Amino acid sequence: MDKLNLGKHISGQFTAELTAVMSKVLAMGGLVERQLADALTAIQENDTQLANSVITADNKVNQLELEIDAACTQIIAKRQPTASDLRLVLGVLKAISDLERIGDETCRIARVALKTFDKDQEHLLVSLENLGQLVLAMLRQVLDAFARMDEEAALLVHQQDVKADRQYEALTRLLMTYMMEDSRSIPKIMDVMWSARALERIGDRCQNIAEYIIYFVRGKDVRHASAEVIKNTAEGAS
Amino acid sequence: MIQTNELTEPTMTQEAAKFSVRNLRLAYGESEALKGIDLDIPEKKVTAFIGPSGCGKSTLLRCFNRMNDLVDSCKITGEVLLDGENIYAPQVDVAELRRQVGMVFQKPNPFPKSIFENVAYGLRLQGVKDRRTLMDVVEKALRGAALWDEVKDRLNDNAFGLSGGQQQRLVIARAIAIEPEVLLLDEPASALDPISTLKIEELINELKDTYTIVIVTHNMQQAARVSDYTAFLYMGEMIEYADTNTLFTTPRHKQTEDYITGRYG
Repeated sequence: MDKLNLGKHISGQFTAELTAVMSKVLAMGGLVERQLADALTAIQENDTQLANSVITADNKVNQLELEIDAACTQIIAKRQPTASDLRLVLGVLKAISDLERIGDETCRIARVALKTFDKDQEHLLVSLENLGQLVLAMLRQVLDAFARMDEEAALLVHQQDVKADRQYEALTRLLMTYMMEDSRSIPKIMDVMWSARALERIGDRCQNIAEYIIYFVRGKDVRHASAEVIKNTAEGAS
Repeated sequence: MIQTNELTEPTMTQEAAKFSVRNLRLAYGESEALKGIDLDIPEKKVTAFIGPSGCGKSTLLRCFNRMNDLVDSCKITGEVLLDGENIYAPQVDVAELRRQVGMVFQKPNPFPKSIFENVAYGLRLQGVKDRRTLMDVVEKALRGAALWDEVKDRLNDNAFGLSGGQQQRLVIARAIAIEPEVLLLDEPASALDPISTLKIEELINELKDTYTIVIVTHNMQQAARVSDYTAFLYMGEMIEYADTNTLFTTPRHKQTEDYITGRYG
């Protein structure tokens, strides 16, 4: 269900300001999503040019964070938003800081793609593919849910993070076996490990954004709550 | 608006009630201004009424010291209990009620007398003549209204010489000089500049230790700043009543949400 209702302010200017902020957030989200997709492709295809372009484009993400931050500050100062408007502005401020960090994690992954892996080590990079695609899908879905403030979709993303954590653990175990087999490969395997870690963290940040959506719609802060409480809150049962 | 599937409406607070309003209906002739209001005003707290013009918030405020008795066509049913006693019962002494429940209006209305005499007015009406007693009470009231330091050297000057903000604090001093239990404030700062407004708001915060305060205001941010509880009224009905922090961050009703976020209803 679409819960975002920016319009109908008696002050059309206020509506315009909120709409502008929201579309910037979506632009930022779209950019971060593309960055992550590119970083994953760069790893899979050993494309250093693409990896470099991901690293350079991160400053656009940072720039958007600053712009949105400034716009929200002005809205708070001039409009003193209340109720859902206030929850929206707070949700946006938190979401963009998570998006910016997702951007940083993405750069970390892209940097791994710049390193040269031997033929017999390339399978290590392939092992990142599953986790990468899962996390990319989570990011795509949570941004889509944020655009519509859809708490049901947010809950689904939130619940998927368990899968990402499980894949991360399995991957860690696998990489440790490789390390034990051949200690000379440890530096390269550590690079892969850091990328896996970055992906796992991106999953957590998608979960954070899902929590802001639930806060916006239900008015309850579900950060640090149990999975059951989050589910009940998102479904409006509590 | 908060999207919840179940709505249970807490019209009462957990606090001890100074006033309890029960199914209060009020009509001016044919037109019904209050359509069955139920709420409790907690003791020694600030309760704000907000809502668009004509929603009945001032009418409701005036019910607490029977100011509506002065309107000929006004018909009231239901109960308003002050400490459990119905103030609309036939044996109630309205003058005594208004001593217990003081009122301050939008426009400062000092009497054309000296500052001293304005504050001493209520006591003189009660027959107090002793200059010493009067002086003590006037000083205490002016200090209570955060005006003493500004006027202590010119107590015999005409009250009209004070600024609007000072006049409003003088009127509050006059109201608290007779030691009421409740203060009703009807748009107390809407005719004042921002600095005087902040002084009045600061004063309200100090006065709530001693008095139960009910305030009507058009300025929502002011209600958010000064009150502990807020009631939102719309077309003679009380739509939502909650502690102020909740009402301004997570209102339960769409009408409240639309009003406080400045949307078309």
